Amino acid sequence: MTTLEDVIGHSQHKGWLSRLMGHQVFWVFMAALLACIALTLMTDTFASERNLFNVARNFAFVAIIAIGMMVVIASGGIDLSVGSVVVLSAMTISVLMADGYGFWFSAIVALCVAMLVGAINGVLIAYAGMPAFVVTLGMLSAARSAAMVLSNNKMIWEFGPDHDLLLWIGGGSTLGLPHPLYALGILGLIMSLILRWTRWGQHLFAIGGNESAATLTGIAVKRQKVTIYMFSAFTAGIAGVLMAGWLGSVTTNLGQAMELTVIAAAVIGGANLAGGEGTVAGAIVGALLIEVIRNSLILLGISTFWQGMFIGTFIIIAVAFDRFRNMQAT
Amino acid sequence: MSRLKLTNISKSFGAIEALKGVSLEVAPGEVVGLMGDNGAGKSTLVKIIAGNFRPTTGEIRLDDKDMHFTKPLDAQLGGIEVVYQDLALCDNMTAASNVYLGREATKSFGPVRYIDYATMNQRSGELFQQLKSETRPRDLVRRMSGGQRQAVAIARTLLSEPKLVLMDEPTAAISVRQVAEVLDLIRRLRDQGISVILISHRMPDVFGVADKISVLRRGQLVANKEASKSSPEEVTGLITGAIEAA
Repeated sequence: MTTLEDVIGHSQHKGWLSRLMGHQVFWVFMAALLACIALTLMTDTFASERNLFNVARNFAFVAIIAIGMMVVIASGGIDLSVGSVVVLSAMTISVLMADGYGFWFSAIVALCVAMLVGAINGVLIAYAGMPAFVVTLGMLSAARSAAMVLSNNKMIWEFGPDHDLLLWIGGGSTLGLPHPLYALGILGLIMSLILRWTRWGQHLFAIGGNESAATLTGIAVKRQKVTIYMFSAFTAGIAGVLMAGWLGSVTTNLGQAMELTVIAAAVIGGANLAGGEGTVAGAIVGALLIEVIRNSLILLGISTFWQGMFIGTFIIIAVAFDRFRNMQAT
Repeated sequence: MSRLKLTNISKSFGAIEALKGVSLEVAPGEVVGLMGDNGAGKSTLVKIIAGNFRPTTGEIRLDDKDMHFTKPLDAQLGGIEVVYQDLALCDNMTAASNVYLGREATKSFGPVRYIDYATMNQRSGELFQQLKSETRPRDLVRRMSGGQRQAVAIARTLLSEPKLVLMDEPTAAISVRQVAEVLDLIRRLRDQGISVILISHRMPDVFGVADKISVLRRGQLVANKEASKSSPEEVTGLITGAIEAA
């Protein structure tokens, strides 16, 4: 005789180990870890403090946007405009600071501009019912163009009175860790909690799982979709501000083709392009694996032309892994 | 005393009259099988009761109170719940999350409101037990049988202690064994004093569970009688028009 408590307490995974092994994130993390160990043994440059610092910082930019992308993908959408939002945000803060405005004011304006782009995406997708792919593809073109107009397509490397603050925030470090990593840590922690513990998070996965069911049960699907695209653009905006400080100069080709890397990171980390699945940890680990591969190719002296081949292979392996697991389950 | 009383309900879409003067009464704890051919007006009637459509003329009374639904939420607040034909479940979420979809239980921690999974699992577990279904609150809906999925959809309607549950073709696409499970679930609802309107094509299912049978033909109610005093042959005749009315 099973009691109510048994039934309620029943979980589909028995121990923590089998639970862990059932997650794609675990295997991707293992792959990244393995690559790190191999590189440490094969090269004497990988484990150097300087290199690890660079890897950590570069991966943080991709991972921050991958969190936003994962949220969009989990809702059943896609956002191709993130790379262009990065440059628009970076250009907004640069132009304002070059004009003598302070860092905080300029950063907030840059983030607002980014979120405005996201809101436009969201409204067109949710209320006008246009496909996310097409809307954000259009925005990919439009937002980069806006950045060019804003800067007159010139490079900006003088950031006014708060010049050093910007460079410190984007390129500096505290306690040996680069600042973008802190931004990633805070964002990742907050989003993990939001996805798991708020109605917004529950509704996100409901929309991704079965949008018409979400509508029938009274969830404000359209309004939520707007906030989802705003969040994605917000993460791209943060990355743009940090990248401006890291590079110390901003050109209009910043963030070009970044959307592909970010989508790859989210998908490798277990986000399901059909919607309904995705984790913050997955997006971060996916970004980590991509950056480690990229770094290893450079260190091992393999032509960077091979980079796309490796990342492409990992995307396909990740999706194949997911297929295989679902076949076992049914 | 009637739970639901429809008086002279008509609905036209432009020149098409989908329903013509339908009057129907449902008592508390009564299961009414609503039958009719495709296009007879079954789903229009259901959508009027569920608040999706407003009737062109006629009145709806719930527990002897006049109701004017302008949207589904009004009907829901009035105590009318719907189990949709496709069940409206999210496969990627747990049974408990699906039961609470759109009205999640939350707790407050200072200004922060967070989801109360413990309450959701506990209450859903109780509802499944009440329905005598072997459905576990923390299981993903994706891995469930058709009967368990029905239990989740029905448990969702029980959450708000409804007066009337509308079920749209609940047995249309499931196996014979699962049909028996669903009919059991309907009996459990009835035993708790909840009225059920069961829309179905399947004669044996309706006769297996319904107390009364109502037949719609071309927008008109041509029969409304005790199931025990009717027969599948008579109902078939009523649906097709071979028998004028009963």
